[in-house]
Amino acid sequence: MTKNNWPLWEVFIRSKQGLNHKHVGSLRAADAEMAVENARDVYTRRSEGISIWVVESSAIFASDPSEADSLFEPADSKVYRHPTFYDVPDGISHM
Amino acid sequence: MDENLFQYLLRLGDDSLIIGHRMSEWCGHGPILEEDIALTNIALDLIGQATSILAYAGKVENKGRDEDALAFLRFDKDYRNLLLVEQPNGDFGMTMMRQFLFDAYRKPLYEILQNSSDRQLAAIAEKSLKETKYHLKHSAEWVIRLGDGTEESNQRIQESLNTLWRYTAELFYADEVEKQLTEKGILPDLSSVKKEWSNTVHDVLSQATLSIPENGWEQIGGRTGAHSEHLGYILAELQYMQRAYPGQKW
Repeated sequence: MTKNNWPLWEVFIRSKQGLNHKHVGSLRAADAEMAVENARDVYTRRSEGISIWVVESSAIFASDPSEADSLFEPADSKVYRHPTFYDVPDGISHM
Repeated sequence: MDENLFQYLLRLGDDSLIIGHRMSEWCGHGPILEEDIALTNIALDLIGQATSILAYAGKVENKGRDEDALAFLRFDKDYRNLLLVEQPNGDFGMTMMRQFLFDAYRKPLYEILQNSSDRQLAAIAEKSLKETKYHLKHSAEWVIRLGDGTEESNQRIQESLNTLWRYTAELFYADEVEKQLTEKGILPDLSSVKKEWSNTVHDVLSQATLSIPENGWEQIGGRTGAHSEHLGYILAELQYMQRAYPGQKW
């Protein structure tokens, strides 16, 4: 293993059925083009995907786990934000 | 049986088998995990191509030999692969250079073989072409990265090119086998393969800031079974299981 690692990239794959790209993992590559090729080899060997996005991990700004309380808890007590207070009319399926 | 077609299929199949085996030697030794997986994928593609080509060769021969019998139970002099593909892996750059010189030849070859009047051969070429395009992209990019990389990587891959160049003349070895298949209309005219190979090689090597060695000694022999000593060692490893336990299956 080299001492200077190549940058880390996050990989997103869109599957045949899926409309959106989903995060599948990460890998190392020298540049974006190599990252797509490595992603093809590492993550789509079993025909998992039809489209690949890669983004350098350093470009992702993530929420701070220690702020989870203030970020996410307030939503827990607001049940009215979920559309569960409506009667679904007969004849409407797949709701 | 069409002896010429059988011989031609052995050439195609043995090229894929031997370079695929060479590539598989990298399994677990790649420079990084991602590249290790890429190399193994390519090895699997090549051995898969060898399987279909040799299976068809066995049918054409019609003596009851299947792809396994052809891959594992022939002697070195019966192999028809290029000398280029049996050369040792060397460092990673050497392997990429060998693969690049081969891929740049295989891609235009498959493109033309797609038009063969032999349906089976045309279908194999069409399927393999997709894989080969990727192999070429992969190997060419590495040749460019290493050639146009650091002083050391440039020097090392230039040495690989100097070592391997003498085996490239054989890529375009054409004898009676090929001539008669062309006359019978089984093989399309292959004369453009060399031109396209040459264009690709010049283009990529110039991007890689590498220089093509002056024309010197050209080594041929693989197509007629006169191999370098390396093939014997490859076959010792490749054939060991079938020789020690005949008929053994996974």
